Amino acid sequence: MYKPIHLVPANTRIDFMRFHKPAFVLSVIMVLGSFVLLFTKGLNFGIDFAGGVAMEVQQEQPVDLAQLRGQLDSLKIGEITLQTFGQPNDVLIRIPQQAGGDQATQEAVAKIKASLGDKWQYRRTETVGPKVGSELKGSALWASIGAMFAIMAYVWFRYEWQFGINALLALFHDCVTTVGLFSLTGMEFNLTTVAAVLTIAGYSVNDTVVIYDRIRYDMRRYKTMPLKELINHALNSTLSRTTITSGLTLLSVLALAIFGGEVIRGFSIAMIWGIVIGTYSTICVATPLLLYMHLHRIRGKDEKAADKAAAEKKAAPGTVARRGT
Amino acid sequence: MLHFSKIKLTVILGIILLGAIFSAPNLFPRDQVEKWPSFLPKTVVSLGLDLQGGSHLLYEVDMADLVKSRLDDAVNSIRDKLRTAQPPIGYNPPPIAANGAVTLKLLDLKTKSVDQALIDRARPLLQEAAGGMDVTIADDGQVTAQYSEAALTQLKQQVIEQAIEVIRKRIDETGTKEPTIIREGEDRIVVQLPGVKDPEHIKEIIGKTAKMTFQMVDEQAMLAGQPLPTDVVLPVADATNGGLSKIIVERAVQLTGQNLVDAQQTFENGAQPVVSFKFDSIGARKFGDITAKNVGKRFAIVLDGKVITYPVIKDAILGGSGIISGNFTAQSASDLALLLRAGALPANLTVIEERTVGADLGADSIAAGEKACLIAIVLIVVAMVVLYGLFGIFANIALLLNAVLILGALSLLGATLTFPGIAGMVLTLGMAVDANVLILERVREEMRNGRSAITAMEAGYREAQATIIDANLTHFIATCFLFYFGSGPIKGFAITLIIGIATSFFTSVYVTRLMTSVWLRRTRPKLLPL
Repeated sequence: MYKPIHLVPANTRIDFMRFHKPAFVLSVIMVLGSFVLLFTKGLNFGIDFAGGVAMEVQQEQPVDLAQLRGQLDSLKIGEITLQTFGQPNDVLIRIPQQAGGDQATQEAVAKIKASLGDKWQYRRTETVGPKVGSELKGSALWASIGAMFAIMAYVWFRYEWQFGINALLALFHDCVTTVGLFSLTGMEFNLTTVAAVLTIAGYSVNDTVVIYDRIRYDMRRYKTMPLKELINHALNSTLSRTTITSGLTLLSVLALAIFGGEVIRGFSIAMIWGIVIGTYSTICVATPLLLYMHLHRIRGKDEKAADKAAAEKKAAPGTVARRGT
Repeated sequence: MLHFSKIKLTVILGIILLGAIFSAPNLFPRDQVEKWPSFLPKTVVSLGLDLQGGSHLLYEVDMADLVKSRLDDAVNSIRDKLRTAQPPIGYNPPPIAANGAVTLKLLDLKTKSVDQALIDRARPLLQEAAGGMDVTIADDGQVTAQYSEAALTQLKQQVIEQAIEVIRKRIDETGTKEPTIIREGEDRIVVQLPGVKDPEHIKEIIGKTAKMTFQMVDEQAMLAGQPLPTDVVLPVADATNGGLSKIIVERAVQLTGQNLVDAQQTFENGAQPVVSFKFDSIGARKFGDITAKNVGKRFAIVLDGKVITYPVIKDAILGGSGIISGNFTAQSASDLALLLRAGALPANLTVIEERTVGADLGADSIAAGEKACLIAIVLIVVAMVVLYGLFGIFANIALLLNAVLILGALSLLGATLTFPGIAGMVLTLGMAVDANVLILERVREEMRNGRSAITAMEAGYREAQATIIDANLTHFIATCFLFYFGSGPIKGFAITLIIGIATSFFTSVYVTRLMTSVWLRRTRPKLLPL
């Protein structure tokens, strides 16, 4: 019978904890860097949040962007951005929020359609008013915060509070760096991106919980093992699973990024980043943090266990001695 | 491990069977599905607007404008009532609308003072004129009329319902199939038009208030070039034909579009498109009276504050029907006829969000989604067989059943599949095998610890289960937030994920366990091929 391959050899003894300090530094730099980028460069908000109009139009021949820009600029409807979208004959036109409000925005769309005429195909037209834009921004923010705290509450409920806090920190780390990536690359940040960020949160915590579960299990099993060693043991025994699951999920997201088309490209790229960062944060942030947060309690338990073991050792000869007498 | 109770077995097989039955209509051509016996479900997953093409429009009712126009109406109405009272009741200062209320001060024209008798006489008149508002009259004759909080809520409710009704009529008249028109929040209406080809035209038709009135032209004021206080100056809709650009008409509305029962686009003199209309019996009688009294004068047909036409009344028109001839094209005449038939909107509407996707982009998205889905499945299936051999095959069978169950659940719930929803499906497939990876890795560990085939398998399932539940539940929580906040396509994504989490838990834990136990019982292996 076919003997399946073992991707990760059994009984690895990688000392993950050895790398945790440089990893912390790296994570802090990434999070701070993301914040700096957010406050200086900001995000390239899509029309979902910024308001305005996005139109995807297509024609038979490759598009002459300069000529199209000249044609649309003469309409005097603000600063128009043009970019080819996937193919050279496919263009995404974006125009900003019109000063005259929603009515003016609708008129601007009509003007563009009148100017371009029938030889273009209108594949997609999206307009978002300023009010809707800011509402969407607000609900996206609240959903993200709500999701993070709900996850923290659950992890707290199922484990100890330190686990909950760590899971929250790891989630925060993943979400902030994902947003930072969007700021760095200038990729459009829209509703779908927020969905991706929340999905990343779900994936990352899923990953974290698997290892936390193992740590809890090992804590019951190896009562006297030092925490550092115990965490290493838990990480090593789940390493094969971590590798395979991340790998398979990454494969399916890659399929999405390569074949899923332009419309959800941003989402796919965010997810690829999310799977990588989610796996990293589980191993290098959420788990090693336990070392610090949990130190007191675990030490206490360990010491108590050690004391107990020592006491039993002491007591045992005593009993024997008594029996002997 | 080996033993599966009859009940458990029945439940597992039952769920799979139900999943297959409910997903089946999606997998066969529609005409074949129609021929199936009636007890079988026939609903399929409905495709979101982003996949089948169509328009999603979010309208906002301009409530501030609505209240303002109601107050303006009340001002006119109060002025008329007080003037026409016997004897007339005076006022100083006159009624004005400001800060959401109508205010004026009563005054007896003879005594130049205010007494209780005057107030008592004015009260019912004011109450009637300011319909729906609360009217308070102070002892010094100061009148305030405004909407109470409750009345305002009721008014908004009523206006939204009316607007939805009118929009529905208008859309139905255009022949658009299966529109969805629902209220959202306090002052918004969502209109979804699947498969619509020309959204601009429909938007134009929905967006017109289409408030039509018949008002007399004030000939003397026109001659004098100076409107009276009872007049209003209105622009002419199409002034290019050498006609007047502005017309002075009397404020008093003789008839409104509400009295119309029918309107059709026809041709006058065989070439010029016009709109012919027909009044109901009350409208016909009024129209007859007005035209009989005003032969030789002109009346104006006003649409949304613009004069469309101002013909001279040649004869009394007693039949209750007539013709509006503006400078129409066939299209604009038939649009106007449609609007008159469907009635006026009770308030102005503005598009505050629009998402229109062409049918071909939708088809491209479906194709891209299908391709990504298939490739992801192939990659995962191959990887699982390479990594876990026979048990990988079990996991793969569970994975396919999982896809069937997701499809069945989506059909059963009547959920909408969106493009991000397809992405959710791809993602779910990747994560669905996680449970099997967890179990099988655990089994390997137990084998390394020297357990026999069956006990290792048993321990693997037992130990991994708690982890799988925790991992799925936290993921589920995050996804619920996504569902709660998401709109349209994102909601579709969240629904697919939520269903996927539930079904994958079922297939990857229970279904693989069933297959494994059957295999173990048949072969009784000493060592697991793992």
